[in-house]
Amino acid sequence: MKMIRRTVLLLAAVLIWAVPPSGVSAASIQEVRSPGGITAWLVQERSIPMLAVEIRFRGGASLDPAGKEGLANLLSGLLDEGAGDLDSQTFQGRLEDLAISLSYNAGRDGFSGSMRTLTEHTDAAFHLMRLSLTEPRFDQEPVERIRSQVITGIRSREQNPDTIVGRTLFEKLYPNHPYGRPSRGTSKSVTTITVDDLRAFVDRRFAKGNLIVGVVGDISAERLSGLLDQAFGSLPEAAENSVSVANVVPVAAGGIEVIRRPIPQSVLMWAMPGIKRNDPDYFAAVLMNYVLGGGSFTSRLYAEVREKRGLAYSVYSAVVPYEHSGIVLGGVGTQNGQLAESLSLIQTEITKVAREGITAEELEAAKAYTTGAFPLSLTSNARIAGMLVTLQVLDLGIDYLERRAGLINQVTLDDVRVVAARLLDVDAMSVVVVGDPEGVETTP
Amino acid sequence: MLYPNRRWNRLTKRALGLLLAGFVVLALACGPADAGLFDPKSFDLDNGLQVVLIEDHRAPVVTQMIWYRAGSADEPLGKSGVAHFLEHLMFKGTRDVPMGEFSETVTQNGGRENAFTSYDYTGYFQTVAADLLETIMRLEADRMTNLTLTEEQVVAERKVILEERSSRVDSTPTGLFFEQMNAAQYLTYPYRIPVIGWESEIRTLSLEDALEWYRTHYTPNNAILIVAGNVTLDVLRPLAEKYYGVIPQRAQPVRGRPHEPPQLAARRLEMFHRQVTQDTWRRSYLAPSYQWGERRHALPLQLLAQVLGGRSTSRLYRDMVIDDQVAVRASAFYSATDVGPSQFFLFAVPRGDTTLDVIETRMDSVIAEVLENGITQEELDRTKGFLLAQAVYARDNVQGAARMFGEALTNGRTIEDVESWPDRMKAVTLDEVNAAARYVFDKSRSVTGILRARQPS
Repeated sequence: MKMIRRTVLLLAAVLIWAVPPSGVSAASIQEVRSPGGITAWLVQERSIPMLAVEIRFRGGASLDPAGKEGLANLLSGLLDEGAGDLDSQTFQGRLEDLAISLSYNAGRDGFSGSMRTLTEHTDAAFHLMRLSLTEPRFDQEPVERIRSQVITGIRSREQNPDTIVGRTLFEKLYPNHPYGRPSRGTSKSVTTITVDDLRAFVDRRFAKGNLIVGVVGDISAERLSGLLDQAFGSLPEAAENSVSVANVVPVAAGGIEVIRRPIPQSVLMWAMPGIKRNDPDYFAAVLMNYVLGGGSFTSRLYAEVREKRGLAYSVYSAVVPYEHSGIVLGGVGTQNGQLAESLSLIQTEITKVAREGITAEELEAAKAYTTGAFPLSLTSNARIAGMLVTLQVLDLGIDYLERRAGLINQVTLDDVRVVAARLLDVDAMSVVVVGDPEGVETTP
Repeated sequence: MLYPNRRWNRLTKRALGLLLAGFVVLALACGPADAGLFDPKSFDLDNGLQVVLIEDHRAPVVTQMIWYRAGSADEPLGKSGVAHFLEHLMFKGTRDVPMGEFSETVTQNGGRENAFTSYDYTGYFQTVAADLLETIMRLEADRMTNLTLTEEQVVAERKVILEERSSRVDSTPTGLFFEQMNAAQYLTYPYRIPVIGWESEIRTLSLEDALEWYRTHYTPNNAILIVAGNVTLDVLRPLAEKYYGVIPQRAQPVRGRPHEPPQLAARRLEMFHRQVTQDTWRRSYLAPSYQWGERRHALPLQLLAQVLGGRSTSRLYRDMVIDDQVAVRASAFYSATDVGPSQFFLFAVPRGDTTLDVIETRMDSVIAEVLENGITQEELDRTKGFLLAQAVYARDNVQGAARMFGEALTNGRTIEDVESWPDRMKAVTLDEVNAAARYVFDKSRSVTGILRARQPS
């Protein structure tokens, strides 16, 4: 239940933790190029008669026009609600009868699709995917139905402390930037989205030029090559974006905002400027964060706030890179009377890492975890397919799996010290609290 | 939160949460796996520990899970939450292994671990590189019998659990309301008590309470070890004997679950909460499970739940969300795996200005239609086909399979029960599903719950 909350973090979490797989090596990844010019990365896995396909179009909810926030998200719920000659129930019935799963998701920086099929229905699955991307119907009934679901969802979460704290924090960090807006939109903005808006999105933003494909399963490169053209060959060459997203440094003014609510537990989130994925210091920052608050049962924040003092169930930090920005963030949930103490402990630990870095033992442990966790997470076809997409999105190279451990292991204590001094600064830390904390007030 | 929260974890993390969410969907959709799909191997140690191996050699990864037949429904009166409390305390170290060393061993190699507590069981797992299997078996066996606790650790961890309760129950109206619904559904059966415990009782849990629970329930003859991944029986058996086989067995704890008296009157709860911004409607019917009551209805009820409310082609969604447009969500849910009396849930969220009265009337008419005319053969066939395909997909997730077998065996079913599920599911007839529907949809055994935005003036 809890994981669904901080939706803003989910995408980031994928980049940080949901790293890649295991029986997979760089050698097992093939680049498949179709006659029509579509590229996919493929890992063959013949032991189960199924196929997992992940796709992503670069450019996500951040490109939603002002006033139409939530457009990409609404669209993601509508592509499988009728396409071509198939109305909504027929389309859904076809997926169900063939046990094909097809879904779309709008992230801040990308629009993703996931398809899973039994080998015997591969052709039908690619056909339905093509229909959903190129001939979605947008009949009135499903449009209004999905719209009402989205609006109800937004309204249901309005008074959820985690929703309030996340939304407020991102508004503070990115006041004049799409990253500061809720990617699902508001009740008002979702109401104003028209079928023309949806069509324009499909016509302009789905193109070969911004498409990335990862495939894992029981299929040959040759067969896949033909299917790629069938599914995506009719897309235009290049996407046209009426809006572009600027690179942005998050606001680093510091300060605390307390949003008073009569609840026993205060929920706190903090953030400060971070780094992007292509920053040369990225892995140094990841290792630093593992020691500070990223390692589940082993981090300094876990030890100080939870293990020793029992102040919280959840206390964490994360390095979150976006395409156009980056932040270091964290959070804690604790009784109102303990909020001040918890915040002070968190600030102390941040400052300690900023001034002194981490120890050699901690660095070794962080490296061992970070290098080892990646292959361990690649235990299913769908996860491996997702990793193939991520590698391409981040332009990490087809040999990245071979290089990754080396990149991590070459990070030195000094590298971590430098990146900690550069990133961790409690004066630049924006803090938002929802609850009724004692002894903590909004700073002017 | 759509349905009651039955599992509590030592740590809830976003990534993990997704994993578990995925599992729940799988277990629900697919129930157990296809015959011969996993083909698990099993043997018993002399001290009564059952060991199960599920092989998957696609990746050099292995998962160890230990399941104890001890959940919150086994707790002594007044000690609610002690099963979950001990689950947290199991990470505090042993005579020979100081606090933190087990976790560090797992994470230093990139592995992950967690633990969970439910009504009927408590479990612990690690997923690591296959060459680390022996190490984690040694450590898990060690804490089955050598746990040490200090007063200081107990006091701090009790605070952690109160924070967990705060964030996962007390700060969420749906969490609070489900506790009230369950307390209303069960007359004496301990499912009426939340897994995490009532706050007032959590506050009184002591070091001695935790150790008493540990001594009573944590014995090899009350546990099941599941190992899944890149390992063979030849490797596993000697390791199991070496580390787990030497643990002496204690008396087998007796599972003294009370007899649930018949519910004769429909109950109705209405809660107003300031944090609620969207009214919702739900109902639960007391239902049999694989292990309790009229068991023959359990499997047909799994199919019925899918036909009525599993997906967007299901009957409730079609009738209420698409055709009548009175709801944005309408679904059904049923779990057959509980040791005791289960529940069949209906849930709906109204659309726009639709009132909950309209929702309830419409829901009642859908149920009445099922009672009068039954579901159709087409609906049943379609659902069976869908569930069978899910069994193939289940093979893509060996950790999910480990969980399925762990839960089944801990709750008194057998490997054969799990493996034969697809065949038994295929054989269920239309008459059996309709008979199960007539059996379960008895309003006098129901609790209807209304959760509303604010007190009417």
